Amino acid sequence: MNFDYNEEQQLLADSVRRFIQKDYEFEARKKIVGSAEGYSEKVWGTFAEMGLTGIPFSPDHGGFGGGAVDLMSVMEAFGEGLVIEPYLATLLGGLCVARAGSDAQKKAILPQVVEGRLKMAFAFSEKGARYELAPSAVKAKKAGSGWTLDGGKVVVLGAPAAGKLVVSAQAPAGPSLFLVDAKAVKLKPYRTLDEMRAADIVLSGAAGELLGAEGKGLAVIEAVVDFATALVCAEAVGAMKFACDTTLEYLKTRKQFGVPIGTFQALQHRMVDMYIAYEQAKSMACLACSKADSAADARERAHAVSAAKIKIADTARLISQESIQLHGGMGMSEELKVSHSFRRLTMIAQQFGDADHHLERFASA
Amino acid sequence: MDLNYSQEELAFRDQVRGWLKANLPADLRDKIANYEELTRDDLLRWHGILAKQGWVAPAWPKEWGGTGWSVVQRYIFEEECGYAGTPPLIPFGLSMCGPVLLKFGTEEQKKKFLPRIYQGEDFWCQGYSEPGSGSDLASLKTKAVRSGDHYVVNGQKTWTTLGHYADWIFCLVRTDPTTSKRQEGISFLLIDMKTPGITVRPLILMDGGHEVNEVFFDDVKVPAANLVHKEGEGWTVAKYLLGHERMNTGRIGASKRELAKLKEFAAGQQKGGKSLMDDPRFRDKLSRLEVELMALEITNLRFLDRMRRTGQPPGADVSMLKIKGTEIQQGLTELMMQAVGPLAQPFKAVNGDAAFDEFTAAIAPRYCNFRKTTIYAGSNEIQRNIIAKMTLGL
Repeated sequence: MNFDYNEEQQLLADSVRRFIQKDYEFEARKKIVGSAEGYSEKVWGTFAEMGLTGIPFSPDHGGFGGGAVDLMSVMEAFGEGLVIEPYLATLLGGLCVARAGSDAQKKAILPQVVEGRLKMAFAFSEKGARYELAPSAVKAKKAGSGWTLDGGKVVVLGAPAAGKLVVSAQAPAGPSLFLVDAKAVKLKPYRTLDEMRAADIVLSGAAGELLGAEGKGLAVIEAVVDFATALVCAEAVGAMKFACDTTLEYLKTRKQFGVPIGTFQALQHRMVDMYIAYEQAKSMACLACSKADSAADARERAHAVSAAKIKIADTARLISQESIQLHGGMGMSEELKVSHSFRRLTMIAQQFGDADHHLERFASA
Repeated sequence: MDLNYSQEELAFRDQVRGWLKANLPADLRDKIANYEELTRDDLLRWHGILAKQGWVAPAWPKEWGGTGWSVVQRYIFEEECGYAGTPPLIPFGLSMCGPVLLKFGTEEQKKKFLPRIYQGEDFWCQGYSEPGSGSDLASLKTKAVRSGDHYVVNGQKTWTTLGHYADWIFCLVRTDPTTSKRQEGISFLLIDMKTPGITVRPLILMDGGHEVNEVFFDDVKVPAANLVHKEGEGWTVAKYLLGHERMNTGRIGASKRELAKLKEFAAGQQKGGKSLMDDPRFRDKLSRLEVELMALEITNLRFLDRMRRTGQPPGADVSMLKIKGTEIQQGLTELMMQAVGPLAQPFKAVNGDAAFDEFTAAIAPRYCNFRKTTIYAGSNEIQRNIIAKMTLGL
């Protein structure tokens, strides 16, 4: 039993935190949000220099061969800083290639990802299908030696910046994964509530390269989405930490009736409940990341990840709502970062499945 | 990061588990499983079994019978007892008076009391709360006046758990009513319950059970040798005890056992031709509670791990474990109530003939009884005050 990060993980966490404090504070972030691309190529370059884009990929492709636990401290720091770069999206796409792709495909794609030259996205959500992972709205059919894809995907996070997409599709033999050039699809990009960039995409006979065996895609999709869910749990913990810390600071400095409002017991107890919930959520993020790496089978992994996501979803709502309430009117203002952690936490609560979705999955796993 | 126990800790857990399986008497195990009231003899029998094994006071120094276990081993032992469903070890002697004597007692006091506490020869209870002093303990009024080599004690204690079983009571009493600070002038006295002038009156709780009492002191003569620490510095002793709360405050082992029992029971209940476990409304509540329990267990392990690494006492962390642990315990009794449904209603037999299932009839009284958990040992609101002050600096 050991809940500490190892030395490498700690060093990485420290350097990411230092970078965010120095170069990604709230004003700097605001500029990036307002830019045409909605992310910073310079920041992305720094991520690559720091090795962040290589953490979960094999040393054969220039990566570090790490897992969710190694990414946990990075995601927590990103959550605290409300980083909007398409980091998770790129990892997701890359992980699909790493887990399903052939050696040649991995060699072609992963070094580019690790070196920060290629951003990716994973297109798996379909309109009206909510959190269902088995594809049906995109169909794949054989065309000569390759495949063509037809249909649409929605809310593909990171798609506007991506060079390559991984698209889930229904092939004759069942759910399958395809590598698709971003130029081959029609993109309808937008900003998300939490200031990330995403797109709905339309595929009309888009050329796709099969990743892994035809019809065997679902297990890979589930594993990659569980991995990503564990990572957003860690990211949520970071955003919760920011929301709790900034609210506590506000209680100590904001004065009404001649005293700091933190002297009022009604507010103290609400603040305490936020911190208790934060600690409980952090414990579940540890569990999710640990099991995403080392679960004996898919069922054990699903059980732990869904348990964590239930807790994270409930706590994200509690902490985000309370952080605004305790800030009073100021919490409503876009000028305060706490209104942005509210937005991110609200989205995370539903990303990769809301509490109800995971309650269903938890009970059946 | 590694969430699992080490090989050595797992081996220790298996050893404890195996020993409990072999040594927990079946009749005691069944009484616990069926929520039956435990007699004084039941409690002492289990105490005696552990004392014989040398496991009754793991946290004490080795010279007084402690086991020398690490904090993690102690936690494992306590949670395994909870999971196996052993009778509780009554904390007043082993975890309260004992540690106080070890820290503040004279050699004479230690020699006189500690071996008897260890062997279960003296049954102890706690004299803290008074009718006017609950959460505001420092307002206590029971007074002790020095007269030669005795104190004369007058006043009343209340909510005295198992006072009707007790041989001894440790009390906070006011020895100096003139101090400017209320926390000063309080002393810590050990009082023999057989002393003339002590009256114990039962307080029957809403579940019909007798576990707490009122204790009246009417010119009770207490030898001055029974004063612990200095006269007027009893508050220091009381505060030390608060900081001495144990890491199993969350009672995770016991809650895991209750959860398993709840699932088993609910699986056998039918609703619309299906098991209650297949009813999404019920199941979601159960799942959320299970997740809370998972989170509490990992949080508890995180705190233990930190304690082991820093050597620092847990401080306000224990308050968090108490709040979450008791909320979960209450949540379990609430869902069990829901699971038994209409069978929650039968309460007590008339004419000596219990024409109802005694297990299901025990659920509602237990639900009533467990409302105490968020009130006792520092109400959950007091625990929030502690966290606000100590952890958050508010």
